[in-house]
Amino acid sequence: MDAILLQILNGLDKGSAYALIALGLTLIFGTLGVVNFAHGALFMIGAFCAVTLQRILSLSFETIDESRTDFLGNPLKVETPYVEAWFGPDVGMAIIDWSVPLAIFFAIPVMITIGFIMERGLIKHFYKRPHADQILVTFGLAIVLQEIVKYFFGANPIPTPAPDVFRGSFDFGVLLGFDPYAIAYPYWRLVYFFFSVTIIGAVFAFLQFTTFGMVVRAGMADRETVGLLGINIDRRFTIMFGIAAAVAGLAGVMYAPINSPNYHMGMDFLVLSFVVVVVGGMGSLPGAVLAGFMLGILESISSMNEVKAIFPGIDQIIIYLVAILILLTRPRGLMGRKGVMED
Amino acid sequence: MLGLNKKDTKFLLIVVALTMFTPIILQPFAEGTGLAQFNAGYPDLMQRFAIFGIFAIGFNILFGLTGYLSFGHAAFLGVGSYSAVWMFKLLSMNVIPGILLAVATSGVFALLIGYVSLRRSGIYFSILTLAFAQMSFNLAYSVLTPITNGETGLQLALDDPRILDGVNNSGSLPVTNIFGLAMNSSTQIEVLGRVWTFNVGYYFCAIIAILAFYLSLRIFRSPFGMMLRAVKSNQQRMNYTGLNSRPYTLAAFVISGMYAGLAGGLLASMDPLAGAERMQWTASGEVVLMTILGGAGTLMGPVLGAGFIKYFENIFSKINDTVLHGWFSFMPDGLEDLLVVLVHPFVGKGWHLTLGILFMLVVVFLPGGLIEGGQRIAALFKRKRSDDDNLDPEHHPKQTPHVAE
Repeated sequence: MDAILLQILNGLDKGSAYALIALGLTLIFGTLGVVNFAHGALFMIGAFCAVTLQRILSLSFETIDESRTDFLGNPLKVETPYVEAWFGPDVGMAIIDWSVPLAIFFAIPVMITIGFIMERGLIKHFYKRPHADQILVTFGLAIVLQEIVKYFFGANPIPTPAPDVFRGSFDFGVLLGFDPYAIAYPYWRLVYFFFSVTIIGAVFAFLQFTTFGMVVRAGMADRETVGLLGINIDRRFTIMFGIAAAVAGLAGVMYAPINSPNYHMGMDFLVLSFVVVVVGGMGSLPGAVLAGFMLGILESISSMNEVKAIFPGIDQIIIYLVAILILLTRPRGLMGRKGVMED
Repeated sequence: MLGLNKKDTKFLLIVVALTMFTPIILQPFAEGTGLAQFNAGYPDLMQRFAIFGIFAIGFNILFGLTGYLSFGHAAFLGVGSYSAVWMFKLLSMNVIPGILLAVATSGVFALLIGYVSLRRSGIYFSILTLAFAQMSFNLAYSVLTPITNGETGLQLALDDPRILDGVNNSGSLPVTNIFGLAMNSSTQIEVLGRVWTFNVGYYFCAIIAILAFYLSLRIFRSPFGMMLRAVKSNQQRMNYTGLNSRPYTLAAFVISGMYAGLAGGLLASMDPLAGAERMQWTASGEVVLMTILGGAGTLMGPVLGAGFIKYFENIFSKINDTVLHGWFSFMPDGLEDLLVVLVHPFVGKGWHLTLGILFMLVVVFLPGGLIEGGQRIAALFKRKRSDDDNLDPEHHPKQTPHVAE
């Protein structure tokens, strides 16, 4: 029992990442009708926003401390980050330590800008082209984006630690009456889960309870009619693209401590997120979230030794297997809307 | 000739001539000169041109004709490679049985996967094929290790049975051959400082590639090919007329899967090892890039695209800063360094960036690929000439554009 519970918890953080990326993909698909293969690259850029901010904050200058010497007998060179010099050692250290959460505020404007540039500069011209063309051009864009990141940051994963407070694990089992350390869950994953639930809630609230969101939902249902009412729906959809890019970026920022960012992490997630979107149903936001968590949890449950003893190798293929089964039995996915991508 | 009309016969003969003289054509620069690094006439690369040409031709039969975008074709390539290597291990180092088995197994795989995937179309079809390919890739890495040898990849060993070849006492691994003629043997001829390498493996691949090309030419011109095009242009209308399009698309899928298996078998014949990374979805993405870059739905396009990408991968990736300095050495010092810095991200290890940009440009501006680019340039010259001929274009309505070859 405790093992199953632990795996469900383990599945939650991966599921959160899938859900966030799939949510962004579905937003873009539902509003603009574009299949965005570059969405994984946006996730990756988000993670590298965290890396960049960490590097910026740790920029330091060198001073020579005459009173101490290094092992060769030369005067010791001391590196002091600028933030420490400006805000004093305590605050400075805290700022560097908290660079990943701080990167959220850095990533939002960056990702929205990138989203705007992408939509206005490239994707706009592909609304009328077939879906295959959209897939291909965004696939090319993904290659370009990841090569640019590789050029600046190198090919190796860059460790980006979470703040000190969140290191270590939370003993979840004791609360439920299991043995100590039967269900230990890293704090940061817990943070990630709550963070993603917050973001998902925020996106849904934004769409549900604001006038802007109402117009966007109307536009998703019938773009032409909304346009005829004199509303500039294109501009709102562009903003939605920016928001979707920001959601993917935030998923990446917070994922950086879980998995050290490297340039191809986007591609790895992209394939799975597409499967998630299709399982959830093209164009259905709740479907994307549901399928994200469901597949994340299924993936980690199937990696249990007990399950693997019955079906060897099931953990490697479970997601694809579920996708195939669902696509063949429920053609529109779990919660797909009628009339979306049916031709 | 061979059931082709005059124009196609000429086309096929040109292709045959080009393929046969490839070792000479790709070696235009004399050894030792600065441009010699752009020579591509060495066996390994030429074999890849032919093999990936076959792969792309096969992919084009599915994507170019029916419009079904498969993101999982590399799985068939991998299956083909594995079966060929197993044949080399168990039966004989002769490549013929290996390639036959490769084509057969990948055909069976394609039949199974195609039967399931083709129940859906559009993006769902892409995702289904992607899912199947990733499944095969993951399984080859993990559970199927007894068959695939996992991460190490399947290799020959000294104590393999090789029933037909008899016991191997030489103490070294045998080489792949065709009835005794080793695949890696080649003759070198030097003419005017240009070294031409005529390699058995290349010519073997080239002959198969020509046969594959001929078959695809026949498919393109056949009623069957017409049916596939009808699927692409309007499947719904086709179904309304009472035609069941599924057998046609399935046949196209199996044929293109067998082409991929053939390519995989040839890859293993040239270099007898097979690894799971050949099945990864990035490898499937590569064949999509090749086909689109060259021109989907055209006969020559995919081959052109395959050659283009493989050339880039092998030649462009070798250009480093020293070479760049050599090129720009005629410039003033500061400018030279600036140019090297500017060009640096796009060559050498960064060639993927160039490829990605190029690919995007092609999709945005030339949906018909390089072939369409060539046709447009040709049309430009033609129009100029005809404009001179008749000064009154009003009375000469615009010619309808030619259907892609």
